[in-house]
Amino acid sequence: MISTDLTIILPEIVLAVYAMLALVVAVYTKKDGLAGALIWTTAALMVVLAGWIATGAGGTNLAFGGMFVDDGFSRFAKVAILLSAACVLVMSQDFMARRDFLRFEYPLLVALSAVGMMMMVSAGDLMSLYMGLELQSLALYVVAAMRRDSVRSTEAGLKYFVLGALSSGLLLYGASLVYGFSGTTLFSGIIQTTQHGEVSLGLLFGLIFLISGLAFKVSAVPFHMWTPDVYEGSPTPVTAFFATAPKVAAMGLFARVLHDAFGGAVADWQQVIVLLSVMSMFLGAVAAIGQHDIKRLMAYSSIAHMGYALIGLAAGTEAGVKAMLMYMAIYVTMNVGTFAFILMMERDGQPVTNIDALRQYAKREPGKALAVLILMFSLAGVPPMLGFFAKLGVWQAGVQAGLIWLVVASAVASAIGAFYYLRIVFYMYFGEDTDSQLDSNNSPVLWGALMASAALMLIGVFYQFGVEGAAAAAAATLVN
Amino acid sequence: MDNILSIVTFVPALAAAILAVFLRGDDEAAQRNAKWVALFATSVTFLVSLGIYAQFDPSNTGFQFVEEGEWLMGLKYKMGVDGISVLFVLLTTFIMPLTILASWNVTTRVKEYMIAFLLLETLMLGVFMALDLVLFYLFFEAGLIPMFLIIGIWGGKDRIYASFKFFLYTFLGSVLMLVAMVAMYADAGTTDIETLLTHQFASGTLNVLGVQVIGGMQTLMFLAFFASFAVKMPMWPVHTWLPDAHVQAPTAGSVVLAAILLKMGGYGFLRFSLPMFPVGADVMTPLVLWMSAIAVVYTSLVALVQEDMKKLIAYSSVAHMGFVTMGIFAANQQGVDGAIFQMLSHGFISAALFLCVGVIYDRMHTRDIDAYGGLVVRMPAYALVFMLFTMANVGLPGTSGFVGEFLTLMGTFQKNTWVTAVAATGVIFSAGYALWLYRRVVFGDLIKESLKTITDMSARERVVFAPLIVMTLLLGVYPSLITDIIGPSTAALVSNFDTALAAAEAATQIASH
Repeated sequence: MISTDLTIILPEIVLAVYAMLALVVAVYTKKDGLAGALIWTTAALMVVLAGWIATGAGGTNLAFGGMFVDDGFSRFAKVAILLSAACVLVMSQDFMARRDFLRFEYPLLVALSAVGMMMMVSAGDLMSLYMGLELQSLALYVVAAMRRDSVRSTEAGLKYFVLGALSSGLLLYGASLVYGFSGTTLFSGIIQTTQHGEVSLGLLFGLIFLISGLAFKVSAVPFHMWTPDVYEGSPTPVTAFFATAPKVAAMGLFARVLHDAFGGAVADWQQVIVLLSVMSMFLGAVAAIGQHDIKRLMAYSSIAHMGYALIGLAAGTEAGVKAMLMYMAIYVTMNVGTFAFILMMERDGQPVTNIDALRQYAKREPGKALAVLILMFSLAGVPPMLGFFAKLGVWQAGVQAGLIWLVVASAVASAIGAFYYLRIVFYMYFGEDTDSQLDSNNSPVLWGALMASAALMLIGVFYQFGVEGAAAAAAATLVN
Repeated sequence: MDNILSIVTFVPALAAAILAVFLRGDDEAAQRNAKWVALFATSVTFLVSLGIYAQFDPSNTGFQFVEEGEWLMGLKYKMGVDGISVLFVLLTTFIMPLTILASWNVTTRVKEYMIAFLLLETLMLGVFMALDLVLFYLFFEAGLIPMFLIIGIWGGKDRIYASFKFFLYTFLGSVLMLVAMVAMYADAGTTDIETLLTHQFASGTLNVLGVQVIGGMQTLMFLAFFASFAVKMPMWPVHTWLPDAHVQAPTAGSVVLAAILLKMGGYGFLRFSLPMFPVGADVMTPLVLWMSAIAVVYTSLVALVQEDMKKLIAYSSVAHMGFVTMGIFAANQQGVDGAIFQMLSHGFISAALFLCVGVIYDRMHTRDIDAYGGLVVRMPAYALVFMLFTMANVGLPGTSGFVGEFLTLMGTFQKNTWVTAVAATGVIFSAGYALWLYRRVVFGDLIKESLKTITDMSARERVVFAPLIVMTLLLGVYPSLITDIIGPSTAALVSNFDTALAAAEAATQIASH
């Protein structure tokens, strides 16, 4: 019994044990010089685990009495989480090493937070949900404050921590209400109480608090306040990490709670998600217009993108979950490339985040500029880039679920949002020339990540490497 | 050749890829190579597309040369042409080599310039051939990207404002269309245009936010498509992006914009709005007709007072597109034939007019009408060419401009006499602004010091104009060249439209009894 449970959860155990062992080794040798090697081994381990999970046995396996669920949905999310975390890790090395804050804790904290994320998407119980969420968040709070000598970085960490604690409190309160009114913490138990007859008022309150807590994690409006500040203040590699893997995990958890625990009460949460989605899309689109800091801009962009992904959840259908998963996969790919570019933006060795600095970038670096152009149009959702198909997918799900007004609103929001992506293109291609040019940083890893992500935006239109099929299967296991 | 359409569509893209990958450096030799590759690729595309013309069977009103393949997300890669679209394909392939030739003087970022135009050609051709909703949308939208860059990088002084306005205006219209497309997919379960043409969308009255919408879903979808096509067309009052875009775009950009991109709106009306939402179209027809009539008169008057030549021609384009929408929504044989004819003829004439402006702009670097005068003294050949196209723009019998205007007015007259009467005054205004422009630029005494050394058209410029002159005159005296090809398809379109309307009418009567 226990051994089967452990087999099911083996990937998480491997990663956790690795992180702890590596921590011990690094502490005893006290060598930050190990950090570079640790980054690569952690990333390699993550890729191996992702491969293992992707090619492993199928089917739905429950461990620990249903507290841990290993199914197609969790596997899809885990592969996305591990791959994006690995990408971001290897992208950070050069940046951190040259600014002298490459510490061995960084890859290990990322690994631990990845364990937390894997727990989140596999949660089958309110307690394992909370455990995973906290493991993830605690690691993230620390990496946000990685630059102890930088006021902004510590401020970002503190802000994230205080607001994160608040949202955890909300979530925990919601969980206790749900437990109180359904008599169980198991999702499979909760869904039975919601499937029969009406959802009790207490359960409804619990659900709303849970949603608030989760909305904080995906940075959906009105729980988005932390995002721009944390994105801007954290060191850029950390921001890149925030924008990718945790978003997938939080979205995955969101979908799991809504469908596994409250699948019988779609009508009760649908309108809440619709509201979150509309507000996120519009705030993300409008607030980013005035931004000149590319990290802040990407923060608002991520808020808007979460709004689009939430359309898939709001649909409350299998097609919706599939579209949401596709959206997240594409979104993560785009963001990895975009942040690879942001990591390359520097002048005289110092990182630059003002988009003003991009003036006439296309003249000096035509290849990179073209890649960024593709990514920006993809983020804006202009065909033929893959970002367009991501939007098309969630819109299809939305219309099929009868949420036509939500889709119309998101169409308007996407037209408004196109402006700020275009502005980056504008600076790169049409801006006035300036004397202070960006360095031509040619870190092969960053260059490769940028080019690969841009290329995927075009190749994906013809061939998706089986991601679409996997997303469909994943959605089918979640929504029965 | 089974996949001739794909070949025609993707040859320019292939050339663009070759340029992007293999052409290095920005010296004179590289620039020359870029130009020759682009010219060669567009010419080959034109020659191959003549094969489509040769094998096209006008009596067959269905889609021909159809290619079909699986694509992602349950969508299909499906291409085909019918009588309505085939000539737009040819117009595109015909105009593109001329625009490349007209850009021979470009010196900044030549490689990127040629790549942008080649990609644009692929995307424009795709629009006219796509037989899958999403594929159509993909080509339709993606065309914005190269055009955005063309205006933004190689444009004039206010190019940034113009490029943003161009992009955001058309993008907003198009995303609304996309929503309607998604709804169509949800309703009909397919994105195949051929199937959708025979699908009946619900037309029962709907209550939307307390407003009774006659024609229901069809009217809503019609409006969503209208948002996109009306902006693209462009129709009054959403035409304001066009003068800005035209004025700021480089000459070749203006040519493509006027000759081909504007036609996508009209093509969209004919491909989607009329056949797929007949009831919605019928409900909105009076509005569209009046908007067209206002466009004709209003923009003609605005054109009268312009001081910038390109702006004047841009407003005249809006006026001419007013005739097109009028003809389309007259929904009878003459109207629709005339609309297509007008679009094709406007493709040649407006391209030529923008090229005419380009010729003197290249020499004097100004488009101010006041900066010119008496050009006939130094540039007799130019004066002749410019006169021919001015007359064609006015709609002088014997030029293609006359046939289009006459047919659309005739078609509209059967539908709505008042609209026709109002729009017909636009013909007079158009003579006013066009002839006045010609008089101010070409006639008079050559008194400006700066013009004393201006040279007449070079051999290259004459080569560019020659095919346009031939086409304008040929279509003017022998319009059957076009109407024979489009006739059967438009006849089928009109009769399907009438049948669908009658069926919907009958259905509502049964429902009310």
